[in-house]
Amino acid sequence: MKKFSIARLWGIIVKEFLQIRRDRMTLGMIAVLPIVQLTLFGFAINTDPKNLKTIVISTENSEFTRSFISAAINTGYFNIIQTNASELEAENALKTGNAQFVINIPVNFTESLLRKQQPTILVEVDATDPTTISNALSALNQITQNSLKNDLYKTLHNRSINQQSFFQINFHKKYNPEGITQYNIIPGLMGVIMSMTMVMMTSLSLTRERERGTLENLLAMPTQSAEVICGKVIPYILVGIIQCTLIIVFIKIMFSLPFEGSIFLVYMVAVLLFIANLFVGIAISILAKNQLQAMQMTFFYFLPSILLSGFMFPFSAMPVWAQNIGNLLPLTHFNRIIRGVILKGNVLSEVLPSIWPLILFQFAMLMVALMLYKKTID
Amino acid sequence: MSNEHYVVEVNDLCKSFNQHKAVKNLSLKIRQGEIFGFLGPNGSGKTTTIRMMCGLLTPDSGSGNCLGFDIIKQQDEIKHHIGYMTQKFSYWEDLTIRQNLDFVARLYQIKNKKVIIDQTLEDLQLAARANQLAGTLSGGWKQRLALAASMIHQPKLIFLDEPTAGVDPTARRAFWEELHRLASMNVSILVSTHYMDEAERCHKLAYISQGSLLCQGTAEELIKQKNLSTWRIIGENLVKLASQLEKYAGIEQVAVFGTSLHVSGTDNLILNEIMTYAVISQGYRAEKIDTSLEDVFINLMKMPGNKVEFNEKI
Repeated sequence: MKKFSIARLWGIIVKEFLQIRRDRMTLGMIAVLPIVQLTLFGFAINTDPKNLKTIVISTENSEFTRSFISAAINTGYFNIIQTNASELEAENALKTGNAQFVINIPVNFTESLLRKQQPTILVEVDATDPTTISNALSALNQITQNSLKNDLYKTLHNRSINQQSFFQINFHKKYNPEGITQYNIIPGLMGVIMSMTMVMMTSLSLTRERERGTLENLLAMPTQSAEVICGKVIPYILVGIIQCTLIIVFIKIMFSLPFEGSIFLVYMVAVLLFIANLFVGIAISILAKNQLQAMQMTFFYFLPSILLSGFMFPFSAMPVWAQNIGNLLPLTHFNRIIRGVILKGNVLSEVLPSIWPLILFQFAMLMVALMLYKKTID
Repeated sequence: MSNEHYVVEVNDLCKSFNQHKAVKNLSLKIRQGEIFGFLGPNGSGKTTTIRMMCGLLTPDSGSGNCLGFDIIKQQDEIKHHIGYMTQKFSYWEDLTIRQNLDFVARLYQIKNKKVIIDQTLEDLQLAARANQLAGTLSGGWKQRLALAASMIHQPKLIFLDEPTAGVDPTARRAFWEELHRLASMNVSILVSTHYMDEAERCHKLAYISQGSLLCQGTAEELIKQKNLSTWRIIGENLVKLASQLEKYAGIEQVAVFGTSLHVSGTDNLILNEIMTYAVISQGYRAEKIDTSLEDVFINLMKMPGNKVEFNEKI
């Protein structure tokens, strides 16, 4: 009796296959998901970000400054979005993430250059994500070596060409000067963890009722869609706040993040993120026929959240279409806000451009959930 | 209340699932204070019909009302005023008995909730076990809890979908006593069942097969309307005799009832002849008996899709 039976094993294998085959939706997802995801992420992910948004502060417009800027553009790493910005504008742009580089060409640059005084160009960098900027920085260093040589040869008629470089670049890494990857990863990870827990918890809530047969009873009683949806979401907001507190305390103790901004703002944004994800979970839960499908849908939502939100790979390195997808996801906006608040000390007004999309997303998801929810079992 | 007051009145209800017609042109009426038995084989459309009447499913066509509320347009109102006990236990097994009742009471916005819940627990004789998880109750207790929970808002009309399936005879008997007590208080009850003894306890019966209502009326009306003659045969080797008798034209059904055989047909003359020449001649004892409800239902089950019009006087 205790002998391993191939016949019994075969019996179990056949039964499992029959059951797998029964759930068409799950099978479909098994086939379609990898194709969608491979196409999506295969083309979207790029670890060598180009076209980083750059602002130039320059009071003069000589052939040398022009030549320097075009050399920078030619590296492909810099996308000059403004050329005659004020210091204040530039600083704001850096702080709010509208620009990652500020190239500050000093007053009298051309004159000093011609006098071979080795003028210094100040490059301010948003260093919150060290991997985003590292290639761009080394490209700039290359320029120091080579650019302007030709122009200077012409102008100075080959005099004193022994000089190694005619000007210097002084890099000023802001917000994460030591380039600690953790400073960038951990605030993002906070959002990832919270999204994952919240979506998973609610995505199972209605499917579980459906599988246990309690949904019919719930529907037979006088309940309104909004009551059920909100009633299922609100307890998890509390769970989310507890989780968020734990994460923040843990981050402070274990990783000693700088925490430049207000903790209250961090909380507020975290709550916005939960609610957005709780609504996603509820919508999934209404759509899915069983818990397995709910899990699949959760991952289908979750993978782009990790890969396209700027958490794992630099957002600016993605093609525009992928950035557009990324901008639809709450985690993308959360990442921007949370890095801004924790590392750059952003205040509410500075993160508003990323807050309203979160609220809009919540609202849209709530609407979707309300529309999908049926009060009958049709 | 007038005896002509109908709490449920549905006409020509139809419902299909993926081209399968689950319910076809079903019409029925239930009077106030009536226990209306809903019979039919598994998969005949009983649950679908009940769900349409209590606002859980929207019929493809047809119309009707429950307690005066339209079953298509006023589903919310219906849900508020009726009680519905699902076929499968559908209360929350990971909540205690009290928590389940409390939840239901809140959904129906019951005033003096605590008093009513305490009273319900008392009536159920579950007060001592109020803090036990509902999932740990045995079948009979689960069913009593489900009935109590679906009655907590004191509805005037309740739908019970096979409430006594898998429940022992004693518990079934107690359950039916409770139903009759409710009916005497003018609560109207629609109950689906497979048990013949339960069917006999109903004021009114309806038989549904393959989505069509074959007949409805009181037990006597159904028996009279089918107009069957039934003979009881006693003797040896009844199973063998049964297979012989089934071949005769004029015999519509042969059913083994323990140590006797019930043979029914619409034409008593033919039956009489068969009994004389083929049964009694072989040494069996045969006598004509009153046709029972069970004979009628066995007969109905043997002719699926064969719709018998019952002239409704109601």
